[in-house]
Amino acid sequence: MTAAVDFRLTDDQRALRDGTRELLAGRFGRDRLRAAVEAPALDRALWRELGEAGFFALRLPAAAGGVGLGLPEAVLVFEEAGRALLPGPLVACQVLASVVDGVATGERIAGLCAAAAGPVLWEHPADCDELILVEGAGKEGEGDRAFRAAASEVAAAPLASVDPLTPLARLTDFPRTAPLALDTSRLRREAALLTAAQQLGSAARTVEMAVDHARRREQFGVPIGSFQAVKHLCAQMLVRTEIARSAVYAASVTGDALEVAGAKLLADEAAVRNARDCLQVQGGMGFTWEADVHLHLKRAWLRAERWGAARELAELLAEGLVTGAEAESEAGVVE
Amino acid sequence: MDLAYTAEEEDFRARLRRWLGEVLPRLPAKPAAADWPGRRAYDAAWQRMLYDAGYAGLHWPRDAGGQGATPTQHLIFLEETERAGAPYVGANFVGLLHAGPTVAAEGTAAQRARWLPPILRGDEIWCQGFSEPDAGSDLASLRTRAVRDGDTYVVSGSKLWTSHAEVADWCELLVRTDPAAPRHRGISWLAMPMDAPGVTVRPLRTLAGSAEFAEMFLDEVRVPVGNRVGAEHDGWRVTMVTLSFERGTAFVGEVVACRRVLGELARTARANGRWDDAVLRRRLGGLAAEFTALWRLTQWNVSEAQRSGGVPGTGGSVFKLRYSHARQELYDAAAEVLGAGALDAGHTWVADRLAALSYTIAAGTSQIQQNIVAERILGLPKGR
Repeated sequence: MTAAVDFRLTDDQRALRDGTRELLAGRFGRDRLRAAVEAPALDRALWRELGEAGFFALRLPAAAGGVGLGLPEAVLVFEEAGRALLPGPLVACQVLASVVDGVATGERIAGLCAAAAGPVLWEHPADCDELILVEGAGKEGEGDRAFRAAASEVAAAPLASVDPLTPLARLTDFPRTAPLALDTSRLRREAALLTAAQQLGSAARTVEMAVDHARRREQFGVPIGSFQAVKHLCAQMLVRTEIARSAVYAASVTGDALEVAGAKLLADEAAVRNARDCLQVQGGMGFTWEADVHLHLKRAWLRAERWGAARELAELLAEGLVTGAEAESEAGVVE
Repeated sequence: MDLAYTAEEEDFRARLRRWLGEVLPRLPAKPAAADWPGRRAYDAAWQRMLYDAGYAGLHWPRDAGGQGATPTQHLIFLEETERAGAPYVGANFVGLLHAGPTVAAEGTAAQRARWLPPILRGDEIWCQGFSEPDAGSDLASLRTRAVRDGDTYVVSGSKLWTSHAEVADWCELLVRTDPAAPRHRGISWLAMPMDAPGVTVRPLRTLAGSAEFAEMFLDEVRVPVGNRVGAEHDGWRVTMVTLSFERGTAFVGEVVACRRVLGELARTARANGRWDDAVLRRRLGGLAAEFTALWRLTQWNVSEAQRSGGVPGTGGSVFKLRYSHARQELYDAAAEVLGAGALDAGHTWVADRLAALSYTIAAGTSQIQQNIVAERILGLPKGR
């Protein structure tokens, strides 16, 4: 008999993942990545190509010109984007594909900001045509609101981004004249999950980079990967990645808010810690600007602050333990 | 990717729940922790109830007397029995999870007929004689000798960490039958009766104060050659079948239990005021993410095993590394919730905290597991 609980990818999902990896390898290989580091303005032609490939329209119904797929497929695509360090407001354009005209096809670029206690950061301010601002506590029915404005109407102060591939600005004024009817809690949840998927891809990639280096680099006459001290670093990198993968894939299927929070927490940890360990394995070479590992680390830091940071996610999950929502949530109990 | 259970699986779950609801109230009182004969009787009685209801050897193949259930059904069984507070596998552990599956996979028809039914009925208890004082992580260096004398092996040596040895009827024993062969090629797997002359068992008290382990001394113990499972000198391969069973589903019930304990920690902390500490709250929140992910990884490993049709693979090492650490973290957090109450060794969380210390050591230390992950999954070169 066949049982349904199955984490394996379907043939279609595998094809989608492989196709995305191929597309990104061809259109955003290492040369393009390094060029983008020096000139981070987005490549509009590439963006349209991503649009044509269904990158943003993935979850729109076929009748609306979309591909009609779901969150699990979007997660696979975003994992690949994370691997490749593909820059741009990808999460924003994916979750806003049905909200802002032209975003689904890649013709227009929309940014997405969440009001926060600290500075409100805007990714790729020079590349966005429109900006959506979400305000409120992040909980349903608690004053969550969303507004839309043309990028030209928004006032922002420049900020030296820690991530060379993600220019940032600090929002100073936003015209709250065009309220949007949006399910903001769902939007936050999806943005968190897709961000986690990118973190997962980055974490998986830095394991490969570390292992590749450990196999080739020789010291004391042998590959450094034959030393247990190095092996164990690499093994823990894989463990973090696979734990995060279980959490992210499961959350993409259930859509459960607490599972998404847990997935983001674990994927953030995996991406940041793995980049750090990869740097350690690469040694002095890893500390150079020329190596790619710092690009993974810096982007991982940036993503870890977006759509739920560890301090917020852990509180949310703790609250879930008390209310019993954790026990009741789908995880483990499929009634 | 699909996380829904089939109607057939849900039906299995519903029937199991009904049955547990009926029989659990009829269980006798749990014996004291140090009452090993009492614990054996209790565990055996539970096994007999499972047998009579058709749940014994759920995941064993039908031709071995099992139910031939899918790994997913086995997972549901472990999940539901834990949730209902049913007895743990206890003294039946080695028989059901190591020795039995090994005999089922590698034994002759006569060996299966002799040893498997009593395991399934709870009539006979097995213990494991693998580790030795000088053969722990490096199990293949074991030195217990078995010298052929006609139709019997004459076995001498000593074993360590033999769980439930005091109450066991049989021991799955690894012995060296060819000292001249390369380490892995001179080992054989024997079923040794524990009442054979020359077997001495000495309880080994752990740091938790308990004595489920023992040292075992073998002085010219005579074991019939017919008690060897698999070919002579082929015991290492035979054993690896057993060990992969251990890493597959052994912790399913525990992960469910850890998630329940985590909820209890949160509610206790709320009640005693420790919840106001943000550090503790976030620690518990992080553990919630951890154990949910571990549960998902368990489901993943089981679904992989189900579809590959084989025994659980290297995913088990990834799971064990993370789980053993998380379990220790869980009970460290429990101590934080209890405050000075964590000095009361009579508290079940404190007993569990002590027991958790063995998790990163038993069944392959975390260091060995990391070597396995690095070499077999990541392909890093062997070396030291």
